[in-house]
Amino acid sequence: MAEKLKIASYWAADCGGCDVAILDTHEKFLDIVQAADIVFMPIAVDIKEKDVEAFPDGYIDVCFFHGAIRNSENEHMAKLLRRKSKVLVAFGSCAMMGGVPGLANFKDREGILSRVYFESPSTDNPDKVLPQTETQVREGVLTLPAFYEEVKTLADVVDVDYFMPGCPPASHQIVNVFQAIVAGNLPPKGSIVGASTKSVCEECSRIKENKTIKRFYRVHEIIPDPERCLLEQGIPCMGPATRGGCGAACPVANQPCRGCYGPLDGVIDHGAKYISALASVIDANNPEEAAKIFDQIADPAGMLYWFGLPASLLRRVRK
Amino acid sequence: MEQSFEPKIIGFLCNWCSYAGADLAGVSRLQYPPNIRIIRVMCSGRVDPSFVLKALKEGADGVLIAGCHPGDCHYESGNYKAMRRYLYLKKLLKEFGVEDERVRLEWISAAEGARFAQVVTEFTETIRRLGPSKFKEKAASVGKGA
Amino acid sequence: MQRITIDPITRLEGHGKIEIFLNERGEVENAYFQIPELRGFEKFVEGRPAEEVPRIVSRICGVCPAAHHICAGKAVDKVFGVKPTPTAIKLRRLFYSAHYIHSHLAHFYALAAPDFVVGPEADPPVRNVVGLINKVGLETGGQVIKARRLAQEIQAMLGGRATHPAFVLPGGVSKGLTEGERKQIEEWAQFEVEFARFSLKLFEDVVLKNKQYLELIQSDAYRLETNYMGIVDEKNRVDFYDGEIRYVDTQGREIGRYKEEEYLEHVAEHVEPWSYLKFPFLKKLGWKGFVEGPGTSIYQAAPLGRINAADAMKTPLAEEERQKFFEFFGGRPVHNILATHWARLIELLQAAEELLELARDPEITSPDIRNIPEGVAGEGVGIIEAPRGTLTHHYKTDERGIVVKANLIVGTTNNNAPICMAVKKAAQHLIKPGVAIKEGLLNMIEMAFRAFDPCFSCATHALLGELPLVVNIYNHYGELVEQIRRA
Repeated sequence: MAEKLKIASYWAADCGGCDVAILDTHEKFLDIVQAADIVFMPIAVDIKEKDVEAFPDGYIDVCFFHGAIRNSENEHMAKLLRRKSKVLVAFGSCAMMGGVPGLANFKDREGILSRVYFESPSTDNPDKVLPQTETQVREGVLTLPAFYEEVKTLADVVDVDYFMPGCPPASHQIVNVFQAIVAGNLPPKGSIVGASTKSVCEECSRIKENKTIKRFYRVHEIIPDPERCLLEQGIPCMGPATRGGCGAACPVANQPCRGCYGPLDGVIDHGAKYISALASVIDANNPEEAAKIFDQIADPAGMLYWFGLPASLLRRVRK
Repeated sequence: MEQSFEPKIIGFLCNWCSYAGADLAGVSRLQYPPNIRIIRVMCSGRVDPSFVLKALKEGADGVLIAGCHPGDCHYESGNYKAMRRYLYLKKLLKEFGVEDERVRLEWISAAEGARFAQVVTEFTETIRRLGPSKFKEKAASVGKGA
Repeated sequence: MQRITIDPITRLEGHGKIEIFLNERGEVENAYFQIPELRGFEKFVEGRPAEEVPRIVSRICGVCPAAHHICAGKAVDKVFGVKPTPTAIKLRRLFYSAHYIHSHLAHFYALAAPDFVVGPEADPPVRNVVGLINKVGLETGGQVIKARRLAQEIQAMLGGRATHPAFVLPGGVSKGLTEGERKQIEEWAQFEVEFARFSLKLFEDVVLKNKQYLELIQSDAYRLETNYMGIVDEKNRVDFYDGEIRYVDTQGREIGRYKEEEYLEHVAEHVEPWSYLKFPFLKKLGWKGFVEGPGTSIYQAAPLGRINAADAMKTPLAEEERQKFFEFFGGRPVHNILATHWARLIELLQAAEELLELARDPEITSPDIRNIPEGVAGEGVGIIEAPRGTLTHHYKTDERGIVVKANLIVGTTNNNAPICMAVKKAAQHLIKPGVAIKEGLLNMIEMAFRAFDPCFSCATHALLGELPLVVNIYNHYGELVEQIRRA
């Protein structure tokens, strides 16, 4: 019998939904653990960071790394796992593009710390205590990782072999990718795996009539027609600018796509691409009228980068 | 420091009107600051918003987009599209803490050489006043893995 | 001073770390449970439109996304001054019941049960969910996977997907149920009720009838006297979705209750420099440090907190089980933290019964699932019971409904101080001078926090059921003298 694959899974700054997505392969999960040994998965098997350090370089066949790089510990683990893995996959929106935690790049580090530890109305902190990288307690010194100024993607700190989008990646796509790995059938380095090359609109069953619109609606302001394209009903939906692979899950639930699968091939900035789509759908050749229509969009910058601010061209707010 | 600042401006000019206008400024020997680097595009509607963001990231202090006057687009509606994108881009830049005056949209026809020179002069002064853009990153750091 | 480092344990939506300090006699002097992570959702939801917040904040936790999604939804109903339609509330409850089933099943079978079914000191390679399946048989294992899958599929049916759904909107929900879907859910719900009863039976047979485990559950190592908190309905029964938040003291007497918008009068959060996670306490009693017993301001949330804080369960079968539970321990409140596992299964049954009841509700397929808000009230607090504890979301907005301030107290955070204390207590009882520190002992320290189901556990422990654990023992000079690892 051929030697079993050695796989690893690690999470950095994220919610754990990527692990739930792996678990949501349900009965097929048993096939995964039959075909592969999990040699590192801090939440699942008893291998410690120190054990990983003792692995020969390249010992892990495939490492799924999920989560953004938010602090010094995340970066340290990314570098360690890069060294120990033959193939490193940026798994999920956070590792690939910064994800929802990347929205923090609209704020600065001090603003976050002061909101959480000083200003929050339930916080009782008269002495203005802030978490410290080193704290001297009676018994010794306690340490914490350093909280970075900005959220980074995995590829910002190490070389990445494959990118697998989704928040979280659809479980059927995880099964597909795993089968490709077992079959030794991976595409060229740098490819996006577990997703479509076409947009979410291609997977969406809603009817498109190439209609233009005179106003935008926020999601709470309108009950959309369940059969027709959301964008053509005035609800900003990221579908046209977003890579498919999810089966248009959110439009199926009558809500707009927010872009978790990231941009299509060849697009260097997801949000910029979507500006073009919005500019095409509104019916206004007069600048004042067009500006008024755009003013109906409640969060013009945030909407473009829900999942990918750290991977965007501008990356973060600068003052 | 301020004295040594020479703005770098990228100009995306449409082939049919504004580029011809710039050409006219040249053959008419009109004086305008040398800070603009011109990229000819077939239509202002060809200017993807990412071109503008990329220019800012890679070292531009200002970006000029110029196309045919409304109604005159060689492709009928490209300039309207450009106008709508530009309006959104300005909103976006403000939220990132960038002065939205760093990006400017103008309609300049093939006959408006003098207007081209005037726009460039004014725009260069605007950017000089704003100072260097905070969004410049070293060219080498653009792209993955930087 | 000797020092034992356990790093990493599991995360609560991230990493966790335990530092244990031994004095010169080799006894535990102190223990610290540290959370080294912060993502700052409170700050970066500022500027986001309130109606989008439920979809953003579900990303706080991929294990209990529905809890954050729905809780934020309740808060933004108020931000826009709109009440959901009766069917919308029922659909949210139905969705949330399915979520509870997924979450509690994953925790019990993948995380907790291996300690009991396989054994707390069994070999690490078998003390996990695979070992569990081998022990209980493939058929039962398959049933566990099926029960969890159906719960996830119900959520996906309504929210597009189970993890990070797009479901709740101010004034209602985005998708209703067809009659065909309703029938399907009804059928699945019957299975879930049966499976929940089976799980309680399994607990009784395997744990309660085992003398060694019973001793463990009742031992002082796993006993922590705190206050308890949970949402109750108008009859003081456990309610996951809505009601008043009630808290009781170490004797089980009600010492406070509040409505959502009053939370700031009742709960406050303490900050320590050695953890990124804050420590909530009962505000009226004041922060008194990490102390247990009468007068403490520390409280527990999660299943044990809820069952101790309520007078009854909401559904009949679960209520029968609740009575058995308190009879077994000789009355309310129960301070044995390992009893949380039992309480969790009682809640699993309530969730399944509620799911079935809602699937049979004639109103559930009504198309009247949304009210469109007419204005912006500008502020809203939503509180629900997340599987891991009382969850509070509070938003203030401008006149357009754009968030200007947010405050969150999440489920596991409530239990931060109790977890610290439980870990210290277990360590104090288990680590004795002259007794070798073996792997099984480390697992028993872990069992102290595992009872609380720290937020990351369900997803992850369902894989192989173990946390990585290394214990470093240093001498007084800080030199490593011994390392024990479980591998």
